[in-house]
Amino acid sequence: MNLLLLLDMAAADRGEAPAVQAGDQALTAAELLTAAWAGAEQVAGRDAVAYVGTNGLGFPVALFAAAAAGIPFVPLNYRLAVDQLDSMLRPLGDVVVVGEGSAYEALAERGHPVLAADELVASGRGSEASGEVPFDADAPAVLLYTSGTTSAPKAAVLRHRNLAAYVIGTVEFGGAGPDDAVLVSVPPYHVAGLANLLSNLYAGRRIVYLPQFDAQAWVDAVRREGVTNAMVVPTMLARIADVLEADGQGLPSLRNLSYGGARTPGTVLQRVMELLPDVDLTNAYGLTETSSTIAVLGPDDHRAARGGDPAAVSRLSSAGQVLPTVEVEVRDELGQPVRAGEPGEIFVRGEQVSGEYATGAVLDDDGWFPTRDRGWLDEDGYLFIEGRNDDTIIRGGENIAPAEIEEVLLQHPAVAECAVVGIPDDEWGQRIAVAVVLREGAELDADALREFARRSLRSSKTPDVVSFVDALPYTETGKLLRRVVQTDLEKSA
Amino acid sequence: MQLRPGTKLFSTVCDAQVVVVKAPSEDVEVSCGGAPMVADDPGGASGTPDASLGEGPAIGKRYADEDLGLELLCSRAGQGALTVNGEPLLLKGAKPLPSSD
Repeated sequence: MNLLLLLDMAAADRGEAPAVQAGDQALTAAELLTAAWAGAEQVAGRDAVAYVGTNGLGFPVALFAAAAAGIPFVPLNYRLAVDQLDSMLRPLGDVVVVGEGSAYEALAERGHPVLAADELVASGRGSEASGEVPFDADAPAVLLYTSGTTSAPKAAVLRHRNLAAYVIGTVEFGGAGPDDAVLVSVPPYHVAGLANLLSNLYAGRRIVYLPQFDAQAWVDAVRREGVTNAMVVPTMLARIADVLEADGQGLPSLRNLSYGGARTPGTVLQRVMELLPDVDLTNAYGLTETSSTIAVLGPDDHRAARGGDPAAVSRLSSAGQVLPTVEVEVRDELGQPVRAGEPGEIFVRGEQVSGEYATGAVLDDDGWFPTRDRGWLDEDGYLFIEGRNDDTIIRGGENIAPAEIEEVLLQHPAVAECAVVGIPDDEWGQRIAVAVVLREGAELDADALREFARRSLRSSKTPDVVSFVDALPYTETGKLLRRVVQTDLEKSA
Repeated sequence: MQLRPGTKLFSTVCDAQVVVVKAPSEDVEVSCGGAPMVADDPGGASGTPDASLGEGPAIGKRYADEDLGLELLCSRAGQGALTVNGEPLLLKGAKPLPSSD
């Protein structure tokens, strides 16, 4: 079914309550629906609607206007160079770019058809536009670029049926309380930004947009807006913890905090659990190609860990259990499912799983999607993610997950951040190299760190090369750009 | 009627509307309040739902016949109970999931 139906239902159920808010501007679900139909008239006949800008009301209006017009929505990273944006837009045909800011203006100067986000929102106000929700559930709803941490970004095709299945299958319609509000600080070009919008609209939870993430602004917004729910990526979580530690004021209104998008260091999670003892925590695991979340470690799991249950404590580093609407299998190199406890590549199947790129689908004959993530399931179906398959280091025939080594190195008091990669080696195939960022004022030499690692890890897993750097490269959403680290370490080794 | 995922059905005896989430391969007759639902908006209710069939659907709830492979999502509430081939459609209970978005 078309995504617009989700908005249509929200408008029918609690159409007069604020649904989306940015600064002092807000739209009710009914106003958002009217704005979508008014927007559809402006984008009709195009091949797609792109969005190039920060979080704001223009994002939901552009998304639903595209859905109403029956054409795909393409949110792009406004921080990319204009040449890169240009090369992403060209193959899509006649695309109208909705947005604001310098990248949007640069695209306008290049001759791309544009529509200012504030004008699109304004044109919906006072309009009486309406229409019939398009029927075709098989049409592409959103083309979303993957993070591209291990290879160049690819456009994933998310069809209306994928996204609608995710929302209908995981969110209780109108399930939010009348005073619930969710703060959205993940960017609009990330699958979490898309899922946040659709899920919270369907749940009837007021969405408060933060244009861009800033830890102090995030904390201020939670307190000012009485925010009850939020989803953040691990780098945001760490910075929020810094602010809360410094001011000691806590977040009294916050009830649910969800984190995901990349692996969360245990040390960060521990701090958050201590700083926000009454907040329900949820760890979400998902991919762009799976229409967001496919596994969750819920508040009950976190509470059990807080209570000291050893099994629950070890599961804090897992992604939790897969959704009842999703199937999971861990397979070995020959494609055979492995037993509980054994690592392999994670395969998933379900209606929300698209597994499709602009270049074609990668689902196998039975509809399974190879995530290219490596991990294992425990006896109770908890999924532990080791990292990207491509990141696995193969040293002398032994498969080594960088995450395992990183978790150990992060225990060293002088280590702030680290990234472990494999670099080519004539003897071993690959050697283990690590880029380390030290805490401010801390001192540490390579041998001392290697000695520290050797105490917890076998010598085959002790880094061969240690390189101290000022900072690690991350994407906007906190994912480590491992291929960049690898290239740098290969050069310096 | 042959249903397809995404097909919208309208009640002729109340305000209820449903959208097909899962469709069986064979033809089925979906009714609301005892009267067959239609694919074209009738532009308002006429007649009265048969109250003996039970309660009408609530917005956002899913109704299913697992044996047939039919699942409907209610997009507008109504008074008439949903049936398929004369048998009641059952409210699909979903275990609430922790909010991850």
